[in-house]
Amino acid sequence: MNASELHGYSGIIKELLERENVSVGDEVEVVSNGRRYRGILMVRYELADPKHITLKLPNGYNIGIRVTESTTISKISAGVKPTFVRLPKPQTVSDLPNVVIISTGGTIASRVEYRTGAVRPALDANDLLAIIPELVEIANINTEALYNVFSENVRIQHWIGMAEAIDRFIRKSIDGVVLTHGTDTMGYTAAALSFALQRPPIPIVLVGAQRSSDRPSSDAATNLIAAVATAARAPFGEVVVAMHKWHSDDVIAIHRGTRVIKLHTSSRDAFRSVNSQPIAYYQHGELKIVANDLNPRGSSEYIYKPKFDERAFLIKFFPSMKPDILTILAEKGTKGFIIEGTGLGHVSSDWVPVIRELTKDGIFIGMTSQCKFGRVNMNVYDSGRDLQKAGVVPLDDMLSEVALVKLMWTFGNLADGAELDEVKKLMLTNIAGEIYSRSLPNTGSW
Amino acid sequence: MEDYSKVGLKVGLEIHRQLNTKKKLFCDCPTEAVEGAESITFMRRLREVQSELGMVDAAAMFESRKRKTIIYHADLKNVCLVEMDEEPPHNLNPEALEVALTVALLLDSKPVDEVHVMRKIVIDGSNTTGFQRTCVVAIGGQIKIKNKIIPIQAITLEEDAARIIEVRKDEVHYDLSRLGIPLIEVSTEPVIESPEEAIEVAYAIGRILRATGKVKRGIGTVRQDLNISIRGGAPVEIKGVQELELIQKVVENEVKRQMHLLWIKEELLKRGVKKEDIWGAKPVDVTSIFSKTSSRVIKRQIEAGGVVYAIVLKGFAGLLALHPSPGIRLGAEIAGRVKVWSEVEGIFHTDELPNYGITVEEVKVLRDVTHAGESDAVVIVAAEEGKALDAINVIKERAVEALDGVPEETRAARPDGTTVYMRPRPGSARMYPETDIPPIVISQDYIESLKARLPPTLDTTAQQLVERYGLSKQLANDLIDSEVVEDFEDIVSKTGAPPTLVASTLTELLRSLRRDGINIEKITKAHMMRFFELVSCGKVAKEAVRDVLTAVAQKGQNVEQIIEELRLWSPPTSEVEDKIKTLVKEHKQEILNDERKAVAKLMGKLMKDYRGRVNGALINSMLLKAIQELKSDTL
Ligand SMILES: [Zn+2]
Repeated sequence: MNASELHGYSGIIKELLERENVSVGDEVEVVSNGRRYRGILMVRYELADPKHITLKLPNGYNIGIRVTESTTISKISAGVKPTFVRLPKPQTVSDLPNVVIISTGGTIASRVEYRTGAVRPALDANDLLAIIPELVEIANINTEALYNVFSENVRIQHWIGMAEAIDRFIRKSIDGVVLTHGTDTMGYTAAALSFALQRPPIPIVLVGAQRSSDRPSSDAATNLIAAVATAARAPFGEVVVAMHKWHSDDVIAIHRGTRVIKLHTSSRDAFRSVNSQPIAYYQHGELKIVANDLNPRGSSEYIYKPKFDERAFLIKFFPSMKPDILTILAEKGTKGFIIEGTGLGHVSSDWVPVIRELTKDGIFIGMTSQCKFGRVNMNVYDSGRDLQKAGVVPLDDMLSEVALVKLMWTFGNLADGAELDEVKKLMLTNIAGEIYSRSLPNTGSW
Repeated sequence: MEDYSKVGLKVGLEIHRQLNTKKKLFCDCPTEAVEGAESITFMRRLREVQSELGMVDAAAMFESRKRKTIIYHADLKNVCLVEMDEEPPHNLNPEALEVALTVALLLDSKPVDEVHVMRKIVIDGSNTTGFQRTCVVAIGGQIKIKNKIIPIQAITLEEDAARIIEVRKDEVHYDLSRLGIPLIEVSTEPVIESPEEAIEVAYAIGRILRATGKVKRGIGTVRQDLNISIRGGAPVEIKGVQELELIQKVVENEVKRQMHLLWIKEELLKRGVKKEDIWGAKPVDVTSIFSKTSSRVIKRQIEAGGVVYAIVLKGFAGLLALHPSPGIRLGAEIAGRVKVWSEVEGIFHTDELPNYGITVEEVKVLRDVTHAGESDAVVIVAAEEGKALDAINVIKERAVEALDGVPEETRAARPDGTTVYMRPRPGSARMYPETDIPPIVISQDYIESLKARLPPTLDTTAQQLVERYGLSKQLANDLIDSEVVEDFEDIVSKTGAPPTLVASTLTELLRSLRRDGINIEKITKAHMMRFFELVSCGKVAKEAVRDVLTAVAQKGQNVEQIIEELRLWSPPTSEVEDKIKTLVKEHKQEILNDERKAVAKLMGKLMKDYRGRVNGALINSMLLKAIQELKSDTL
């Protein structure tokens, strides 16, 4: 018996179950409070009350039964371990583009064992194609399970690992790469890969799901189909994110990796392009390109720079916020800050002297806006001009998160003793579409 | 009528009823429809989640084969991101849980210690998630009817599904307003032994539910599912019985159907038919036989590029068309299954041919080409090739099941009490935990506090109605079973109309109008209120009620307009008095000769003029008074 077989149980209940040699999945009889129940012992929800056990009744429903001194539990039969049968290899179509699906976490496709509720992600190409057979007609698919990490746990090392894996496939003449990713930090990863893999010869498509794949309404399959089609057929070589355009399952928006951000906690259309439109839409099996400044597929200008340095910091200014935090962080080794200021790019005037000291010491301080939409302009008001004089660099219409990732990448790619001016120059150079010089009105379509 | 004990009839009831809570089960949207909201439509597709075996459940598979694009209509006053499956569910509505627990206590059912919300897979689109959220709230219990105790299996609380509004070829439309309204389900053990008993149990459970004062009323708020089997048959689930009165017919028909299927099984065995014969039969392309057919259905299919396939059912001759009662035929069973699974309309069998434009000659050639013997039946399908082959497989499958008797399946009730095939019965496998909602502990203290404030039962309510309004016990119970007690009390208190008149109008009269085929949906409470107001102040006679309400139902105008049109306004009392006085004077001699005879004659005359406009009893008393005056003047 090991702990996982009594997942979620603790204390006297765990002791009782161990004494009776009962594990999760076993059929048991429980007598409690004068009633007799028969069913399968289920795992417990981590936050659930510790005085109950969960039983799946023969009609398929789960109930919780309170365990007291007088409760007895006896094993009727040992549970059958969920065995996920290997799915048959689907028939493939020859002469299709070769696409690799790299998984990093989150489950884009899965199967459910209804008896225990166990969910098994489909990781290999076989499983994936059996579950989403539409893919067979779009591309010849190979898969690589790179990581299995929640997106909130993704770190710089993962970005580097992903960039390395993709670069490997680029050199193997693959026609397109799809990277499945948890949605929480997918925007950051998209930005990171945009800087690490500049002007790539093939599309690199990040994709995720806002509804998990163990439910019939999951957006995973629709997003993945669009992602694979984009990877296989798009005429551009760009790092992009493919997610629902709106609440409907019909249109998938293809966002530029340096322009996209998660703007909703739960909705399918959580990802939006900010200060720009998506560069393409996938609908009715067709990819419609709407941007015209794209790096073409097969581009020979590919640059691979997979280095990042995490000594950068993103700070959101708020009323009454004191500037000491900058000094403290700089003392702890932070080499640069992105300040998400108010409006056109402001912080309160008592920050000016602190900023002046830091920039004098070679610390980079860039300004973006917490408005999210629009461009910073620090010439309009005195406060902005004072901040510039103190050394703050206005970062144009760059998204704060993208600016942070870019700063990490800049530090990673410049020598350690690089001049502040070099950092500044790189930060203000448009590398992967993160800076647009033209601001366009909101036309009502995302 | 059958002797149900002889056939071993066992019926289980599932009563579903919407709860009248303020909010929905898993979000804060109102459960009452709010008019005039902005609405949006969006499009979705559902995709079956595969099981560990790489297979989907038969029922889920079935739905996915019919997969259509789903269009949802969301009225934004009644629908939020939760119903749209764009936000995780909020916590289980405590008000709904309390109602369900109250019902449980009233039914002697034992609340579970901890409620776990489950996901029950339903991928026809009626739930945006692809599953219905449902939870067992209590187990066991009982309800007493006459001298029998009916055990309760379980009480569950679930979210109501979206309402289907349109089915097109590749699209199905749903309105989301209803999705998420709390629905309580009370299911009995399958121990009910006659249709009458089933109705009695349904009423008894209905009274318990209504005693909580928290259930919705009206069309679509109640649905009954029946689980019916006879000895040797199989449990068949019949869904969507809306009217209690229909239960009787549905049970009767289902017993007949199962008996017929059992008889067919015996007959097939007698004839030596084997499953292998059916499975082994190969479809034959018989399109050429029908190249010049006058059957419009087949012609249309062939012209559209379709084919005609035939399959021989060895030993089935005569059995497909045989029908012990209307609507019960093996042929109809097969056609129903084909229609649902492969959406093929052009299906015929030799038992019913020649007919439908198919000639004797065509049938003869068909039999020759397929080498069908005299004891065999041939079924033909006209459709596009893929669909036709699908249909042939479905036909074989159903024919094989005929050798086992009654297939376990889910059927839908039709308004005439017959049923049609809906889908295979879902296994229990299609349920898994709703991990977005933590389990809810039901404490002993909470249960004790609910026990201390259980609502009065409806027997108490009936007694109160009798005492307060002088109604007969029968009328009081009728008000309760017709679920109009609140309306009744409201109308009586606001209009001052005679309680018995209001009560019988709300129950007997409406029932009788409906029996006469009048659609009473247009009659609103406001209509009733206005009419009884007019009765109370003497502007219209209570006798006019039937005519007025009939006209309201048919024309939907307001009550005054109708009374005007039908000329039912009561004349002023003085006018009636004058008329009576004149009459009495004119018939003075007759009155003095034989008063009783004269009164009868004059009443007849007066009623001819005033029927429906003036209360007869009032005329009578006025007449007698006038005669009295005449006599005293004469003296
Ligand atoms: Zn809602």
